[in-house]
Amino acid sequence: MKNDKLASGPVGDMQRKRTRRNWLLSAPALVVLAAAASGPLLIVLVYSVLSAGEYGGVVWKFSTDAWFNVVFFRDIFDGTTTLADAHMKILWRSVRLSFMTTLITLTIGFPTAYVIATRPRETRSFWLFLITVPFWTNLLIRTFAILEVIRNEGLINIGLQMLGVIDKPIQMLYTDFAIMVGMTYVYLPLMVLPLYASMERLDFNLVEAAYDLYATRRKVLRRVIIPLVKPGIIAGSILVFIPSLGAFVTPRVLGGGKKMMLGNLIELQFGAGRNWPLGAALSVTLLALVMAALLIYVRSTQSHSGSVR
Amino acid sequence: MKMNVVFVTVAVIGLCFAGVVHSSELNLYNWGNYTSPDLIKKFEAQYDVNVTITDYDSNTTALAKVKAGGHGFDIVVPSANYVKVFIEEGLALEVRPDQMENFKHVAPQWRNPSFDPGRRYSVPWLWGTVGVAVDTDVYKGDINTASIVFDPPEELAGKINMAPEMGDVLGMALKYVGSEPCTTDKVALKKARDLLMAAKPKWVSMDYGLTEKMPRGDFSAALYWNGAVYRAGLAKPSIKFGYPREGYEIWMDNALVLKDAKNVETAKLFLNFIMDPENAALISTFARYANGISGSEAFMPDEMKTASAINIPDEFKDAGMFFPACSKEATEYYTAIWTELTK
Repeated sequence: MKNDKLASGPVGDMQRKRTRRNWLLSAPALVVLAAAASGPLLIVLVYSVLSAGEYGGVVWKFSTDAWFNVVFFRDIFDGTTTLADAHMKILWRSVRLSFMTTLITLTIGFPTAYVIATRPRETRSFWLFLITVPFWTNLLIRTFAILEVIRNEGLINIGLQMLGVIDKPIQMLYTDFAIMVGMTYVYLPLMVLPLYASMERLDFNLVEAAYDLYATRRKVLRRVIIPLVKPGIIAGSILVFIPSLGAFVTPRVLGGGKKMMLGNLIELQFGAGRNWPLGAALSVTLLALVMAALLIYVRSTQSHSGSVR
Repeated sequence: MKMNVVFVTVAVIGLCFAGVVHSSELNLYNWGNYTSPDLIKKFEAQYDVNVTITDYDSNTTALAKVKAGGHGFDIVVPSANYVKVFIEEGLALEVRPDQMENFKHVAPQWRNPSFDPGRRYSVPWLWGTVGVAVDTDVYKGDINTASIVFDPPEELAGKINMAPEMGDVLGMALKYVGSEPCTTDKVALKKARDLLMAAKPKWVSMDYGLTEKMPRGDFSAALYWNGAVYRAGLAKPSIKFGYPREGYEIWMDNALVLKDAKNVETAKLFLNFIMDPENAALISTFARYANGISGSEAFMPDEMKTASAINIPDEFKDAGMFFPACSKEATEYYTAIWTELTK
C-alpha cells in the first residue's frame, strides 16, 4: 500500500507535467492558428451587421439591413417585399453547377484512380505525378487555356470545321456548359487524389475472392469496391463541391459574366455595389452552406465506420 | 549629452535638406497595364528616382485601399468622378498643379473641370469615351447609336459584348431612355431596367478583353472604351468605334498626390513631368488614349493623330458628358437592377 503510493505519485506527477509542458509548447502555434482562423471570420461577421458606408467600407452603426437583403428583396419600383428571387436564382445556379461538377469529376475521376491504383507499384507514382502536373500552372492560366480550346475560333470548332462535321462554329464559350467544362478540368485532380488514396489501400484479394464466389463485375464494383473506397469518394466530392460553390474566376472568364454565381455576387457588393455589409452577409451565407456540406460529410463517414463495425 | 545635441542637429538639418530636395523614391498607384514603361524610365533617369508601380483594377479598389491607410503610395490616378471623392474625403493633397511650370500645356477645355475646379489637385493622365464597337463586316448600318447594343439589328443579335461595368452600362441605358446617369427617378430607372432586360438575351457576354476577343470573332459588337476598340481596329480594320448620339460617356483619369504621401516633392515633380507634351505623348502611345495636353499629338504615332476613335468628330462632341459618382441611393438602385440583370 505504502509502496504503491510511492510508486504512483511521482509517475503521475511526471505525466501531468509532461502534458502541461506539451500544451505550453504548442500554445503559441495554437493561438496563432485560432486567431488566424477566427479573426478574419469575426470581422466578416461583424461587418454583416453594420451599415454600408457612402463609398464602400462600413459605418459603425448596427443594422440588420444586410441580412434582410440576403433573403428578401424590396422592389425598388413598387416597394413590395418579396423573397430575393435574384439571390435565390444565383444561389441555386451555384449549387446546381457545383453538384454537376462533382458528379462529372467523380465519373471521370473514379476510373482514373482505379487505373492508377491497379498499375504496378513502381509506375504508380509516375501516373500520380502526371495528375498533379496541372497544379503547377496558375488557375487563371488553366482557365484561359480552356477558353482557347472552346472559343468560336478555338481548337474544337476549327477542327470540326476542317473535318466538315459542322459548317458554323458551335457557341460553347459563355454558356453553362463552358463553366462546367472549366470547373471539371480545374477540380478533377482534387477528386482523383483522395480516390486514389483510398483505392491504393484497397485489398484486391477481396475483389478476387468476390469473383471466386461468382460475383459479376457489376456486383464486385457495387458491393465490394465502392463500399471500401467510400471515404475517398466522399472526401473527393467535398473537395470539389466546396471550392466550386465559391468559384469566381472560372464563371467569370468562361461564363462571360452574363450570369453570376455566388462568388461574383459577393464581389459585386464589395466592388461597384459599395455595399460591404451585404457582401459580408452573403459570405457568411456561403460559409454556412459549406459547413452544412461538411456536416453531411461527417455524418456519412460516421455511419460508414459504424457499418464496418 | 553634447554628442546627442550634435546628432540631433545633424538629423534635423538632414530632414530639412530632404524636404527641399526630392527623395529618391516614388510609389505610383495606377490602373493595370496603363503606365508607359518608357515614361517611367525617362523620369527615373532625369531625376535619379526609383519608381515603384502598383496596379489596381477599379476606382473603388483604389479608394478603399487608400482610405484604409498605411498603403505607402504617393500618387493615385482615379477617374474624374472619383477625383471629386478623393478631394471631398480629404485624401488628396492640394499641390496646386495650376501653378506648376508645365501647366501652360494643359488644353483649355481641361483647365477648369467640374471635378477639380481650377486644377488645384489633379493633372490630366488620359481621357476617352465609352461608345459602341461594331465589326462593319457583319453590320453595315449606322453605328453612331446605342441601339446597336440596346435594341440590336438582326445581324448583331447574339454577338454583343457589354463592358461588365455597372456604372457605364446603366448610365448609358439611362441616357438612352432620355434620363441622366445617377438619377433616382423611378420612372426612368424602370425604363432603363426594362430596356436592359429586353436586350440581355441578345448579348453573348459581359466581359473584358475586347482588344483580343473582338478581332478573333468571339463577338461582333460591344459597348466598350474607345482606346481598346481602336487597338482592336488595328488588328482587324473592319472594327469601328461609334459615338452614340443619344449620349455617351466621357471619362478622364487624373493623377493626384495623396495627403499621406511620403515623397511629396518627387510626386510634384512627376505631375509637372507628365504635363510636358513629349511625356504625355508617351502615355498615350502606350495606352492608346488621348491625354489632354496640347501639342502632344506631334509626338504620337501618325495613325493615332487622325483616328476618329480617339479624336471625337465635331458632330458628336455635344453628345458626350462626364458621368458623376452616384449617390448611395442611386447606387442601391443601380445594384438592384444590375443584380436582376445578371442573376
